[in-house]
Amino acid sequence: MNNTAIDNKNEQKITLKVYRENRGQDSGSHHDTFEVPYKKWTTVLDALLFVKSYMDPSVAIRYSCRMASCGSCGMKINGVPKLACYTKISELETSTIECEPLPNFPIIRDLVTDFSRFFNHHKSMQPYIQTNDSTEVDTNKGTFSFYQSPEDVDKYLQFSYCIKCGLCYSACPTVGTDLNFPGPQALAQQYRYFADTRDESKKRLDIVDDRHGIWRCHFAGSCSKVCPKGVDPALGIQLLRSYMLGISKNDKIPAKKIEINDDDNNNNSSKI
Amino acid sequence: MKEIERPTRNNLEGIGGWLNPSRYGWERISYWFQRLTGVFLLVYFIGHVYETSTIVNGQNAWESFLELTQTLWGHLFLIMVIGASTFHSANGIRLIFTHAGIGLGTPGRPDYPYNPASLNYRQKSGIWIALILAAAAMFYGFNVLFGV
Ligand code: HEM
Ligand code: SF4
Ligand code: FES
Repeated sequence: MNNTAIDNKNEQKITLKVYRENRGQDSGSHHDTFEVPYKKWTTVLDALLFVKSYMDPSVAIRYSCRMASCGSCGMKINGVPKLACYTKISELETSTIECEPLPNFPIIRDLVTDFSRFFNHHKSMQPYIQTNDSTEVDTNKGTFSFYQSPEDVDKYLQFSYCIKCGLCYSACPTVGTDLNFPGPQALAQQYRYFADTRDESKKRLDIVDDRHGIWRCHFAGSCSKVCPKGVDPALGIQLLRSYMLGISKNDKIPAKKIEINDDDNNNNSSKI
Repeated sequence: MKEIERPTRNNLEGIGGWLNPSRYGWERISYWFQRLTGVFLLVYFIGHVYETSTIVNGQNAWESFLELTQTLWGHLFLIMVIGASTFHSANGIRLIFTHAGIGLGTPGRPDYPYNPASLNYRQKSGIWIALILAAAAMFYGFNVLFGV
């Protein structure tokens, strides 16, 4: 039995049309086409790696986990932002697959784009839990954990599944015309921390209340349409805006602190 | 290595991004249409103010301007205005609610295949209803203007 994929005569083939450009050289851009064998389960990333292994090693791509977890393989596939590792060739149902760099991200080379601005927007949201309670960080005063009910967790859990892949940022029509707009990813993260009962920051709404801020969202919904993790950033943005408009009232009850007593004589004395 | 600056540096989709609503489902079509009809209504509104202001030049000026709407193209333009304003108002009311976080569902625990709560059938139906109302209003307008 012939087991090598390349020699198999009955193998189905797909045409990959790959965008090529190198920022370091002023040689413009073009597309290269490759005929790649595939199976029902071959992903676009598998096909690109096949190209790199056997046809043209210079094609630049970025990837790591191959399982929709790291968020590094985002690219425009047949015109729509998708994760290459999460998109099967068979489900695209086209005979040619066009791979291009993510729009709204500066191109570095071929399919690799620059995420600096995207990450800066994320950072500007102060994406970490802020608490006024100094005992939480004071190791001399014992160890604490915060109590959250399953309902408390559900308020922000789905937004915390964001892998920062940038697909939503790439699909957003507002980002496409306004670089100062934080974008769906960052705004949804603002909601993620705003809704967290452990967070006590009073500045969260002010951060997004800007001429280029949350008000520029027109709910085109494309972010939620392309998100590969079910984060639904459009939902987070509208819920956050609901607080800003005063429709929803912020009646967040701060998470209760539980002292974890690691004293050996007293080891079941966790108290609320 | 020195990077070469080009106008395409940021690789932005730009206006072209929102002019092509075909890739992201109904919500993107609604966004595109709301804008298109909004801009169209703005143009109409300016024209309308100009039209009504012709009265200061006397009845003749007013009537000769009104003649414009009695032509074939004038009729077609008015039918477009009827359709655009119907869609824009109906969908606009839907958007007022969504922008306030109403009717979008609540966050939960996402599971494959990850259907986003905010792109639910209530919202899609709202868009379809706005489109159907606009078509019905245009049909009615057509009958009034061209009917015998
Ligand atoms: C019943 C009357 C109207 C309602 C309920 C309404 C509501 C809305 C809403 C909710 C939006 C979307 C805002 C957003 O996407 O964030 C919008 C957009 C727009 N409207 Fe109206 N509107 C009305 C009448 C008008 C009129 C008469 C004009 C023109 C003179 C107009 C011009 C526009 C424009 C240009 C936009 C596009 C802006 C955008 O994309 O956000 N609207 N309208
Ligand atoms: S919200 Fe979704 S699409 Fe946007 S960066 Fe996070 S995981 Fe990617
Ligand atoms: S390679 Fe990690 S998300 Fe695709």
